Amino acid sequence: MLIPHPLLGLRDAQEFTYLGDAALLNRPDGLTAPEAFNDYVYLRDNPAGVHRELWFHEQGDRSWLIVTRNTLTHDILGVELARDVALGAKGAK
Amino acid sequence: MRYSAFRVLKEALTGHKGWQPLWRNPDPKPAYDYVIVGGGGHGLATAYYLARTFRKARIAVLEKSWLGSGNIGRNTTIIRSNYLLPGNEPFYEFSMKLWENLEQEFNFNAMVSQRGILNLIHTDGQRDAYRRRGNAMLLAGADAELLDQAQVRDMAPFLNFDNARFPIKGGLLQRRAGTARHDGVAWGYARGADLAGVDLIQNCEVTGFRIAGGRVQGVETSRGYIGAGKVGVAVAGSTSRVMAQAGMRLPIESHVLQAFVSEGLKPTIPGVITFGAGHFYVSQSDKGGLVFGGDIDGYNSYAQRGNMPVIEDVAEGGMALMPMIGRARLLRIWGGIMDMSMDGSPIIDRTPVEGLYLNAGWCYGGFKATPASGYAFAHLLATDTPHDTARAYRLDRFNRGYVIDEKGMGAQPNLH
Amino acid sequence: MRLQGGLIDRSKTLRFTFDGKSYQGHPGDTLASALLANGVRLMGRSFKYHRPRGPLSAGSEEPNALVELRSGARQEPNTRATVVELFDGLEAASQNRWPSLAFDAMAVNDLLADFLTAGFYYKTFMWPRAFWEKLYEPAIRNAAGLGRLSMEADPDAYDKGFLHCDLLVVGGGAAGLAAALTAARAGASVILADEDHRLGGRLLAESDLLDDQPATTWIADVESEFASLPNLRIMRRTTVWGAFDHGVYGAVERVADHLPTPASAVRQTLWRITARRMILAAGATERHIPFANNDRPGIMLAGAMRAYANRWAASPADRVAVFTNNDDGHHSALDMKAKGVSVAAVIDARPDAKAFGDYRLIAGAHVTSSRGRLGLRSVQVTHDRGREWIDCGALGVAGGWNPNLQLASHQRGRPVWDDTLHAFLPGDLPAGMTVAGAAAGHGSTQAALASGTKAAVEALAALGMTALPATLPRAEDRASGLHPLWHVPGKGRAWVDFQNDVTVKDIRLAHKENMRPVEHLKRWTTLGMATDQGKTSNVTALAVMAELTGQSIAATGTTIFRPPYTPVSLSVLGGGDTGTHFRPRRLTPSHEWARAHGAVFVEVGQWMRAQYFVQPGETHWRQSVDREVLATRKGVGICDVTTLGKIDVQGADAGAFLDRLYANPMASLKVGMVRYGLMLREDGHAYDDGTCARLTEDHFVVTTTTAQAGPVYRHMEFARQCLWPELDVQLISTTDAWAQFSVAGPNARKLLERIVDGFDLSNAAFPFMACASLTVCGGLRARLFRISFSGELAYEIAVPARYGHALIARMIELGADLGVTPYGTEALGVLRIEKGHPAGNELNGQTTAQMLGMGQMVSAKKDAIGAVMSRREGLLAEPRVLVGLLPVNPADPVVAGSHLFTKDAEQRTETDEGWITSAAFSPHIGSAIGLGFLANGRARLGEVITAANPLQGQQIALRVVSAHFVDPEGERLRA
Repeated sequence: MLIPHPLLGLRDAQEFTYLGDAALLNRPDGLTAPEAFNDYVYLRDNPAGVHRELWFHEQGDRSWLIVTRNTLTHDILGVELARDVALGAKGAK
Repeated sequence: MRYSAFRVLKEALTGHKGWQPLWRNPDPKPAYDYVIVGGGGHGLATAYYLARTFRKARIAVLEKSWLGSGNIGRNTTIIRSNYLLPGNEPFYEFSMKLWENLEQEFNFNAMVSQRGILNLIHTDGQRDAYRRRGNAMLLAGADAELLDQAQVRDMAPFLNFDNARFPIKGGLLQRRAGTARHDGVAWGYARGADLAGVDLIQNCEVTGFRIAGGRVQGVETSRGYIGAGKVGVAVAGSTSRVMAQAGMRLPIESHVLQAFVSEGLKPTIPGVITFGAGHFYVSQSDKGGLVFGGDIDGYNSYAQRGNMPVIEDVAEGGMALMPMIGRARLLRIWGGIMDMSMDGSPIIDRTPVEGLYLNAGWCYGGFKATPASGYAFAHLLATDTPHDTARAYRLDRFNRGYVIDEKGMGAQPNLH
Repeated sequence: MRLQGGLIDRSKTLRFTFDGKSYQGHPGDTLASALLANGVRLMGRSFKYHRPRGPLSAGSEEPNALVELRSGARQEPNTRATVVELFDGLEAASQNRWPSLAFDAMAVNDLLADFLTAGFYYKTFMWPRAFWEKLYEPAIRNAAGLGRLSMEADPDAYDKGFLHCDLLVVGGGAAGLAAALTAARAGASVILADEDHRLGGRLLAESDLLDDQPATTWIADVESEFASLPNLRIMRRTTVWGAFDHGVYGAVERVADHLPTPASAVRQTLWRITARRMILAAGATERHIPFANNDRPGIMLAGAMRAYANRWAASPADRVAVFTNNDDGHHSALDMKAKGVSVAAVIDARPDAKAFGDYRLIAGAHVTSSRGRLGLRSVQVTHDRGREWIDCGALGVAGGWNPNLQLASHQRGRPVWDDTLHAFLPGDLPAGMTVAGAAAGHGSTQAALASGTKAAVEALAALGMTALPATLPRAEDRASGLHPLWHVPGKGRAWVDFQNDVTVKDIRLAHKENMRPVEHLKRWTTLGMATDQGKTSNVTALAVMAELTGQSIAATGTTIFRPPYTPVSLSVLGGGDTGTHFRPRRLTPSHEWARAHGAVFVEVGQWMRAQYFVQPGETHWRQSVDREVLATRKGVGICDVTTLGKIDVQGADAGAFLDRLYANPMASLKVGMVRYGLMLREDGHAYDDGTCARLTEDHFVVTTTTAQAGPVYRHMEFARQCLWPELDVQLISTTDAWAQFSVAGPNARKLLERIVDGFDLSNAAFPFMACASLTVCGGLRARLFRISFSGELAYEIAVPARYGHALIARMIELGADLGVTPYGTEALGVLRIEKGHPAGNELNGQTTAQMLGMGQMVSAKKDAIGAVMSRREGLLAEPRVLVGLLPVNPADPVVAGSHLFTKDAEQRTETDEGWITSAAFSPHIGSAIGLGFLANGRARLGEVITAANPLQGQQIALRVVSAHFVDPEGERLRA
């Protein structure tokens, strides 16, 4: 697979380490919402189709990326810097 | 019809006119007491034990494709009970005991071959961990032996002892482990279930659940609605898709695992060998092919195919461990969808929907579990109580903190 | 027999042997063509019945003529004689036969064929149970398999590489050449790969002219133009074997397989080719027509027969016949005649077939049997006028052509049946792929050339490039006139899959037993599972099954092709990263120094660390380790701990950030101080431990364990970028930037005082858990941490990595009178077990802070990763905690991995109370000691328990003690 890194262009997926569903960005607050952690830590949509997921450019610039990829075809539909997405989400709160 | 050498002889002499279909192709009935979703190894075994052991009737297995088309038909055929944790080891040892009598029981030669599995040890820390595991196996009534380097060399002189990046320091051997012919297992259970009256319905995809008052009523399928007293779902890599139809999110991700077979070779490798410092395990099939594999690709996938980095990684591991296989050729690569759970261990449990039961989360270890999984799931469906060896496989163990994490990797499925 | 002409170089003669007998051939020959030219038709035995076999094909699809090539460690089983380029001195042997190819005792299976039908083994060999492993299975295994491995390590070198291009053209036949020419002329970067050593593909095997010239003339013109195009890379002897995601293709270049040995070159190279577009021009494979006894040596595909004649000037016999259901078979007959081979007859199943020349045509007829045990002697022809036997030494069978669409279905695209062409065509294609030529059903040369050009124009257009269609030569454009004949009806055994001995009867039986879905058919009969992966059998078998079920072929379906296209050596897939090169070796800064001072090294992940240092007179590792431990506790020891992960954390919010990473508070840490830190995973289990040093208000240096250096850094970046991007904090891994040494022991301060540049090391000025940036050895910048893993007065000193070697040398030199001693990982382990510090065996990912005795460290006042989940019921209910363990009998061993039980309790899973995590001999205590997790351990100090190690037959009585065997009050490390 090739991942179109937003800063570095097409990079071989072998340079990256995979984590999982991008919902991991939405960490609940441990002091105010401890009951939300089971869902956060353990439950996944695991869709057969479009999936937003986290990849770390370990052998590269060490960016965490959110890759939108189809799990049936492996087609990549979009890539964003996770930091931008996370900041955007925090700004929206 | 009973299979035997005598029957083969008789049919050979009479032009093979008397052979019967291995199973019928029944049309679905309007309703069953038990509907098993998934005609793979676990689903077929569940139906078999429900009918045979638990004496239940009016059972159907619904398979969206052909029987045995899931991971039972695309795995690397290893059977073993060499687990560490008390939540797992008794279950897998129960499975091993079922394997040992399986063929006589269901009258089908699944080529269960107890040729042993050898986990290689490369560091002192690994030896400590394998000693703990071997002792756990013995305490649960399984067999295990800790080998030193010389004993490993005696068993497998072709391993790379002299020029290795990670020298072999010993191994943990389970002699009763080995391999079985994966398709044969599916067919044996299918034939046995069919003979016991189970309707095996192929090309019948479940498209939804009919649920009323918190209780399952039946399933919508590509061949129409089928009513059900109880529904058991055993669909491995498709678990999240199917259970989403019942409104459930699960602690499961679907990942691709690639498997490999070489061209046929004269006998080369005695049993199953796993490389403790690389991502490689291998055995040799009765046909002569080296059957091997390594890690999952590591990303969520429903594509049943993988990519080159893992192919190269597995081959590197193989070549580092046993450089004498280099002049053999890879014949075929394929992929299966693994229902990777959040702690690497399975789920056999009721669900919040009454009458709906789940068997899932087998990661890449479901094949060896087939007999016990079928038995335990049938036990649960028939009695509404978990089988003794499957008590830990609860769906709520994550929330309550009773995970069964053999590898100690935490809530990250692709590391289990 | 050898014919005239052909593309072989008769000016040179090559000698080779087959089964020990010497033969001669020429450059340009394959092993198969040379053997045929020498009158050898028998080249192999089938898998199950051990039937005598000759080559079916002239290409990589060959199922029969498999040999063991070369000898010794280079012996290569299952090598297709049809693609082995002949070289001088080549050695080949037949395989899967005993004692000889002509007389194979295992051929007794053939007499038992009625018993050995499809799936027979599923129905028997079940009694008595113990006989399977001991008797039946070994017998089956010995009979099965094909060739033998030498069991020696492959002596050749391999390589791997990456290539990128606009367009990859797979196949150098008519379509591929036209495509490559069109695209390369347009300036695109093009790779043209072909499995053959010579470009031209099927053109080389045909007698047809291009622009009234032999095809080789046009090919030579094209090749000379190729040579002038720097943007085109031609890869001969290169098989593109897999199509992966996003335009990545796997290819193997056989660099030196055509040479006696690779000499200084690699044998093969694995290429990962990334192509923006790909044109699949892999041609087609001819199919045969099953009839009774259709597998004798001499019976081959008609197109292969004429290929041998045209390209290799070889014929399997001087008198041949052809059996066909289409016009193409007639052209094989014409070509054989033109080469001077006698054509006994063309047997055409079509009643209305017409002759294309002067030969005997038997229209509306079938071949219904054959004779000749080790080679064809005659064929039986049946027609409406009766039966006759026709003498011939070879029969060409022409059943039509199957497009080579394998690569097109590697991403699970299903082939689509075409009722006009009577063949499967590529269905859904992988992104970026187009199919051209015979692979797309364009069978004539003219159609293939045109489709190649068109595909190239379209592929480039998709890349925004303009290509002009190449002017193409005039070429044959015959229709095939095929009328399907999938098998000849009859009672005899008619082979469908030659290698695996699957016959039409077996398919009938599978049908009868309801193994009808194609995947069941395949798995029940093993059809299509041979080394050709069904290239010569699948479509025929499907058609037979379709006939039996009364369904169309389209409705019967197809199995899908998987990589590789043709089998690939495991050596080349490993890419040469074998032996000690399997993984990188990371060396510590003091590695050379350690080696020069007697160190024995040990693998720690990718690192090589000094395990212990052997001094003269020491003959057992324990002597060295005990000495190092005692010297450290008595004087001062130095250990290279560079491998610990080091992460620089800087920024105004660094403290707040670390507060969320560690279970215990970090933001409150004072500048100039160090704190032990415990990280949890978000699931609440212990993840890693280490130290946090606050060098300035906004600058921390944290350490991780060696094993988790990479994962923890990744985890911290995740926290920084994904969870708390609003914090002002930056991270960088500095593991490789700093050499770090532990300096431990009562004389540690004295030693360090000799190297620091006027820095006050007194206990008051630099107390336990202090840290500082300073200079040493006259201006070398350094970091000093007063932390202890051993329980002694200890420091860790870090200097830029390139000074690591010099620093340890200097400290050893300056500390001679202080008893300075280098120590390795073994002594490090003993020291930390004596002190009760957890390490990898305790932090194995399954344990909790509470188990480690650190439950109190998990702060409830702040939100940190893992804090919430660490408070789940199951984690809090876990009774096992870390304790120390001492043998009641001091001579007894303590063995890690033993399980712990109440004394005299029954020992089984349910009564298991814990396990020993780490053990060592403590020279300080004078006996073995251990650490372990024991249920309710804190309440059981002093109790004698049993450590069970049934794996090694041990039951040891141990006393439960504090995990701190040394200086439990911590006076030494604060001294």
